Amino acid sequence: MIAVQPVTPFIQRYFAWIPVGDLRIDAAFQLDQLSMVVVLVITGVGALIHLFSVGYMRDDPGYPRYFAYLNLFVFFMLVLVLGANLPVTFVGWEGVGLCSYLLIGFWFSDRANADAGKKAFIANRVGDFGFMVAMFLLFANVGTLQYTELASIAPTALAVGGPLVTTVCLFLLLGCTGKSAQIPLYVWLPDAMAGPTPVSALIHAATMVTAGVYLVVRTSMLFSIAPAASLTVCVIGAVTALFAATIGLKQWDIKKVLAYSTISQLGFMFVAVGAGAYVAGIFHLVTHAFFKALLFLGAGSVIYVMHAAYHETHSHEDAQDMRNMGGLRSAMPVTWVLMWIATLAIAGIPLFAGFFSKDEILGTVFARAQGSTLSDASWLGIPGGALLYAVYGICLVAAFLTAVYMTRLMLYTFHGPNRTGDAERPHLHEAPAVMTLPLVVLGVLSAVGGFLNDPSFLPIVPSDMLGRWLEPVVGAATLRMTRGIVAEADPRMSAILAAVASAVALAGMLVAVVRLKPAALRPAREPGPAETGIERVLAHKYYVDELYDRVIITPTVVLSRNVLWRGLDGLIDGLVNLVARAWRWVGDAGSAMQTGETGTYAWVLVIGVVIVLGTVVLRA
Amino acid sequence: MREFLLSMGYDRWILPALLIIPVLGALAILIGAAAIESPTADGSAAGVVPASAARFARWTALVTFLAEFVLSVGLWWSFDPSGDGWQSLVSVSWISMWRVNFTVGVDGIAVVLILLTTFLMPLTVMGSWTSVREKVPTFYALMLILTTGMLGVFVSLDLFLFYVMWELMLVPMYFIIGIWGGERRIYASIKFFIYTMVGSLLMLVAILYVGFHVGTASASLVPDFSYPDLLARIRVSPIAARWLFGAFFLAFAIKVPMFPFHTWLPDAHVEAPTAGSVILAGIMLKMGTFGFLRFAAPLFPSAALDPTIRAIILGLAVVGILYGALVALVQPDFKKLVAYSSVSHLGFVMLGIFAFTQQSVQGAILVMVNHGISTGALFLLVGMLYERTHTRQISDYGGIARVVPIFATLLTLVALSSIGLPGTNGFVGEFLVLIGAFRTVPYHTMLATLGVIFAAAYLLWAIQRILFNAMDKPRNATLRDLNWREIAVMAPLVACIIWLGVYPEPILRRTDRAASTFVQEVEHGGGVDKSGGSGRMASTAGVVR
Repeated sequence: MIAVQPVTPFIQRYFAWIPVGDLRIDAAFQLDQLSMVVVLVITGVGALIHLFSVGYMRDDPGYPRYFAYLNLFVFFMLVLVLGANLPVTFVGWEGVGLCSYLLIGFWFSDRANADAGKKAFIANRVGDFGFMVAMFLLFANVGTLQYTELASIAPTALAVGGPLVTTVCLFLLLGCTGKSAQIPLYVWLPDAMAGPTPVSALIHAATMVTAGVYLVVRTSMLFSIAPAASLTVCVIGAVTALFAATIGLKQWDIKKVLAYSTISQLGFMFVAVGAGAYVAGIFHLVTHAFFKALLFLGAGSVIYVMHAAYHETHSHEDAQDMRNMGGLRSAMPVTWVLMWIATLAIAGIPLFAGFFSKDEILGTVFARAQGSTLSDASWLGIPGGALLYAVYGICLVAAFLTAVYMTRLMLYTFHGPNRTGDAERPHLHEAPAVMTLPLVVLGVLSAVGGFLNDPSFLPIVPSDMLGRWLEPVVGAATLRMTRGIVAEADPRMSAILAAVASAVALAGMLVAVVRLKPAALRPAREPGPAETGIERVLAHKYYVDELYDRVIITPTVVLSRNVLWRGLDGLIDGLVNLVARAWRWVGDAGSAMQTGETGTYAWVLVIGVVIVLGTVVLRA
Repeated sequence: MREFLLSMGYDRWILPALLIIPVLGALAILIGAAAIESPTADGSAAGVVPASAARFARWTALVTFLAEFVLSVGLWWSFDPSGDGWQSLVSVSWISMWRVNFTVGVDGIAVVLILLTTFLMPLTVMGSWTSVREKVPTFYALMLILTTGMLGVFVSLDLFLFYVMWELMLVPMYFIIGIWGGERRIYASIKFFIYTMVGSLLMLVAILYVGFHVGTASASLVPDFSYPDLLARIRVSPIAARWLFGAFFLAFAIKVPMFPFHTWLPDAHVEAPTAGSVILAGIMLKMGTFGFLRFAAPLFPSAALDPTIRAIILGLAVVGILYGALVALVQPDFKKLVAYSSVSHLGFVMLGIFAFTQQSVQGAILVMVNHGISTGALFLLVGMLYERTHTRQISDYGGIARVVPIFATLLTLVALSSIGLPGTNGFVGEFLVLIGAFRTVPYHTMLATLGVIFAAAYLLWAIQRILFNAMDKPRNATLRDLNWREIAVMAPLVACIIWLGVYPEPILRRTDRAASTFVQEVEHGGGVDKSGGSGRMASTAGVVR
């Protein structure tokens, strides 16, 4: 496939899945340049994480169940990516959600884990509602759900920027915010950290959560003719990137930091695909898969070692709390080095993978703000150009915060004095080779993965490889965004923007190093100083969970229980029984009249005769 | 296969045979059990059935149901999906002075529902193998009679015969709930009986009116109850059509059950023994929706298309979907939860039928089948658990996945199919209903789609509280996992869940013609022109006589 670079996708049709009337949904797969890139991420990173899991899950009684779920996940993820139409993609879409549910609640005896799994499934279902309505709208108005047909029909059949295509895209976006953990449906992802850490690396960092990004690119034939919807994608992405990054600043659980970091990075990808930088979005998806998988697996190694140490001493301390770590670099030198590589990559330090992809996103947003169908459109009355500049600014701040919270994580985990405990300290050591080997591979990829799409101003390897590779799939949509101009970015401008982004990243790391004092940190069991003001809000994640609970969940349950079930249902049932009882009263009344006394009957007879005669006489 | 079946005249005897075999089985059980019982009658207390009689009854019932299933499977092939009109048609004169005929025949909808019935019945017998201990022969004899009634409803092409079958299935279920039910079984069974009866009596009045008014504006002295005749020749004023439709609506809406006629269902479901719940949910709830598809809408298309009536029905369907799901969310009793979830699922069927599109109607038929399989399976699983613990309260469980892994796996899978996870049967049906209905009633459909979210909420919350969380009830630690018999009961259901999720085409092919005929009949009949006549009116004209 690399050799021939075909222009049309390779489609394999198996059988008619849902053929009804003019609706024809085939069980069919589609391999093209886009699905191929994502498939390679899934199978490549997936294989490494399977290997890591062999070590990580070694002593777990649910070992076979774990790998069954994990492979089922890979199956559904491939269905998602390879589906040739929206319903087949939806099969994978919900299938990965199921595996996510099963794996988050893998240790289901703990109620919190089971809760987290359920929360993930239901939040995703809210998104799936959007996905389904988008399919209904498309079928009712365009008549097909197949990608190749949509690509050929939609741009001519649908009015550019019309209400229909905008609505379709907004519903699709709702689906994407569920799967990719964006505002307002991101709340499930931090809780999803309840699952085993390799699961977090594979499903909740590298692959499944990027499905929303993939879907926007897959349906770019629609998004590219819906500027208002695309701007919405941008805004949601930018706000989420910033919002999640701020929460990441104040988390103590090492996996929670990474979870919010993932939400934030997914926000960057949304910004990219919203701005029509489809290549940049997929590029960041790939590099993020490398460094975030590495970060999670590294954190997994740390947790594994911490857990083993606490296990040795029968302690019940929290093995994931960074306040219990510190100074691990001497015990775990390999993990330490590799995690620094990943940190530099995610922060966007030049020549590491994340630098290239994040820079391309920021650069494209800046370019789109200067001139594109997006800058011509308006969003809730705000001119598109101004909005995109704002998005660019927000992303810069988010990038700064990314550098801060990642450096904080590294400092608290690996540097300063060790806070694990005197008894446990001798038990801290490097994780086994089966776990460090995948880390090394990911470390190499995090370091050099950026050269996949080398920008033209930095000619080290052939430039723009990924861009040229994806051209047959997203080229048309990208061109539509840029109003038909093949935008060759001004190399000088690109270099300046890259320099700004690098400076911001370095500044973030510097601020963290200067301001944070790992030495002053106390272990989790010792109460620290109470958090106040904004710190407290951040530590409680802006109280969004509490808000959803008060505004949506509790009212729904109370309404269902007290108003609908005990109230309305009881009322309806009471009425039914009342009607039944009324008949009995009629019967009772009837039988009461049958007194058996001739006198009574005679009186009734007389009264009856009088009434009848009276009526007749009066009528006459 | 089709040629082979036709060569032995399969299509000429199969429908009467399917109706008679269960009756013969019931007789065999009663006579055989009496024969076994009589020698020992002096020693045992009244009502106690010796084990040998019980065993005889169980096996006879199982063999009869299996024979019934094997025979009926031929319909799968003998039915010609592209054929017009009614198939396997048999008609003999029954009460000639009223021109009542024993006319039976099938279309694609009936074939699918007949097979659902004959498929579920042997599983129900196996499922209640050990749970029914009292008056065993009577129980299985009633199950067999009930089957005749249910199959009779699906195959009747004479309104009088249809009504007889409709009432026939009521009586055995009344006894099944009333004798083998739970603590409040008397209340539940009487409520079930009277509520259903009220609706069907009005339907009887409507049937008589239609029978005497066929073809002419004024009543004729000799009625005609032949459904194909009526379909071709019925002439009623729009106002009369509205009243007649109303009478049918009440009978069917109670049976479905549509909100707000649903309150008999939770009681009946909770109090019924497992077999009763499975049949009630799996098959009998489809009688109402089947009635709308077969009779109410095609006979009175002007009423079915009347904007006000349609708005009411669609509105109630959507309310049912959401209301059923929300109320299911807060049920402490698992059986009640499943009962309310039925209200929700059947709402999808009603939405699909009254959206009048090819996709939505075929989707509705598929949801009927899926609901039979998935909810039937849910009730069987609840029953298996109940047999072990004698409690249906969700709060009495928790964390049992560790001790009963096979049960937990099956319950999760069946719940997922009920939620409508793609890859399982539940998805295909709901998806078709919604995507089809969206074309004609988009706003209703969007609201209905919200039900998909609630479905995930109530079932996942329930299975979490049953299977997951900490095991904090010590008595659950010694639960036995499913035995081979129970696994054998569940295996065919699970196979269907996957099969219909991945490859529903065989069913869709068989219901295609019936659904398109239905949509045509309603849409063309709703206007003034009724002269064209659709395939099944034309093809059967003159057959009955």
